[in-house]
Amino acid sequence: MSVRRLAEKQPESFEFTPENRAWLDAQIVKYPPGRQASAVIPALWQAQKQHDYWLPQKAIEKVADLLDMPYIRVLEIATFYTMFNLEPVGKYFIQLCGTTPCMLRGSDDLIRICEDRIGEQRHVTADGLFSWLEVECLGACCNAPMVQINDDYYEDLDTATFTKLLDDLAAGRPVHIGPQNGRLRSEPLGGLTALADFYGVDGKSGPLSDPQAALQPANPAK
Amino acid sequence: MLQDKDRIFQNLYGYGDWGLEGAKKRGAWDDTKGLLEKGKDWIINEMKASGLRGRGGAGFPTGLKWSFMPKPDPARPSYLVVNADESEPGTCKDREIMRNDPHLLVEGCLVAGFAMGASAAYIYLRGEFIFERERLQAAVDQAYAANLVGQNNVHGYPFEVYVHHGAGAYICGEETALLESLEGKKGMPRLKPPFPANMGLYGCPTTVNNVESIAVAPTILRRGAAWFAGFGAKNNAGTKLFSISGHVNKPCNVEEAMSIPFRELIDKHCGGVRGGWDNLLAVIPGGSSVRCVPSHEIIDCPMDFDSLSKLKSGLGTAAVIVMDKSTDIIRAIARLSHFYKHESCGQCTPCREGTGWMYRVMERMVEGRAQKKEIDMLFDVSKQIEGHTICALGDAAAWPIQGLITHFRPVIEARIDSYTARADRDAVKVAAQ
Repeated sequence: MSVRRLAEKQPESFEFTPENRAWLDAQIVKYPPGRQASAVIPALWQAQKQHDYWLPQKAIEKVADLLDMPYIRVLEIATFYTMFNLEPVGKYFIQLCGTTPCMLRGSDDLIRICEDRIGEQRHVTADGLFSWLEVECLGACCNAPMVQINDDYYEDLDTATFTKLLDDLAAGRPVHIGPQNGRLRSEPLGGLTALADFYGVDGKSGPLSDPQAALQPANPAK
Repeated sequence: MLQDKDRIFQNLYGYGDWGLEGAKKRGAWDDTKGLLEKGKDWIINEMKASGLRGRGGAGFPTGLKWSFMPKPDPARPSYLVVNADESEPGTCKDREIMRNDPHLLVEGCLVAGFAMGASAAYIYLRGEFIFERERLQAAVDQAYAANLVGQNNVHGYPFEVYVHHGAGAYICGEETALLESLEGKKGMPRLKPPFPANMGLYGCPTTVNNVESIAVAPTILRRGAAWFAGFGAKNNAGTKLFSISGHVNKPCNVEEAMSIPFRELIDKHCGGVRGGWDNLLAVIPGGSSVRCVPSHEIIDCPMDFDSLSKLKSGLGTAAVIVMDKSTDIIRAIARLSHFYKHESCGQCTPCREGTGWMYRVMERMVEGRAQKKEIDMLFDVSKQIEGHTICALGDAAAWPIQGLITHFRPVIEARIDSYTARADRDAVKVAAQ
């Protein structure tokens, strides 16, 4: 468990944009009548995305009103689930995986870079660009070490590629989402040992190879 | 050696088209109606005969699980819930299914839902998998557009598929915590009984299955139970996705036949252990929750449920974390203790207090700042946590530490000795100043 409290400085109000309101209505119908509380996590998540990636108290209350739930129930959700940021984060919020599989492959070095460049965990840099947090396993262990920056995974990092990634983000240059060492996904580096009958050893020369798929980054740039 | 034609996940690496057309080319959605027409009993018997054991970690026979669902009752719908809350450290296989071959999962939902008489499937993804969620949703949308699922679909069995997500809580991978979360509550596990098959989502009969268990089902039914049962040792049938991470030359996900020896798995797909086989220290063979196994025990061990449980470890999710001799094994396990401390939901006292206590002691053990009698005390406390909580998170927190103490006690003792020796020297220095 971890201690999670609401930020001291809170905005006066929160209102969903009309698009997000319509999106939320479409979510609620996925659940049986009277079970609209099921949509609470998606609703809070959408609120967080709309509000610069952190969740103010007014948004929690708004979601409670919309879903007909007591405030305390939604507050419980917001404090229980660790992806809800209860205080402001940087424009680029780095969630750095430090669990054993990433640790074995060098996440300590990435932590040091974050400490040097950004400072303590949760601290937002003066320009508002960066903040970082060591999180638990993000489920990309074959591509360790890795970080998630806002919505996207950046994998197979080392000190050089991670430094470059932060430089590029700070300078507003385009970045490559996904593995940073030339892999497409989680196949072995340097040639397929399985599925080569369908895709060739390079993945791009078999009967099922899709040229478009090979061009796509692991996560689509928005 | 498993041939490519016998691999179920033929787009595991995303080099092919993930969409409906590509999936059909690889054999998905091929005469699904014909499968359903053979009837529920045939499907469940075929799944039982295939020997498929649940791929989420516990290894419970999937066909048997499906057969526990009560007869459909119009007043009380049944649900299939797919556990895609993949959070076990080391595990990253379901992610590849969802982003590269999502139609296998969507089709699996329909087939499994039909077999258990469910009216809808909810797929619960972990919140961090944002792209995977969008990809899976796109595949579900394609299936709806092609009328493969939905109320009046071409298969003649009304069935809905919904994609849902969490927001960062490992505990929601526990099936009853997942149901709580899906109902819009904190993810705190429920007491069992009642089991989800009788009282699950919204109080209705529910079966919770792992992504991989559901995604392999249509292929097993199409190719026959005997085909699937032909791979692996007795009682450990089939092919399996292995996620190999840590100190191998080329970490990767790969589908292999069950019971493949550890050495073969690593040599064939991962380019061997970093620094050669003599450099191997230990392996956590099934995700963070199982006990680690020292190198000499694991090297020639078949990677399956029964062989690994004989080593007092487990296949778990087949997340193989390899550690070479450069690893500080105490720190590696202490980091897992931090993980469990962080992820305990706080409901049961032994786990809430115990995971934090164990973590604090483990942190001291990393430095060596402990007494040797504390090793036994730590082991004893881990035994007090194990089995005394509602869900298995307490057990999962205890086992890595027990594995460490069982196999690497001399390392812990040496660390304590070294600290003690250093402490004396430091003390002298301070006194001299």
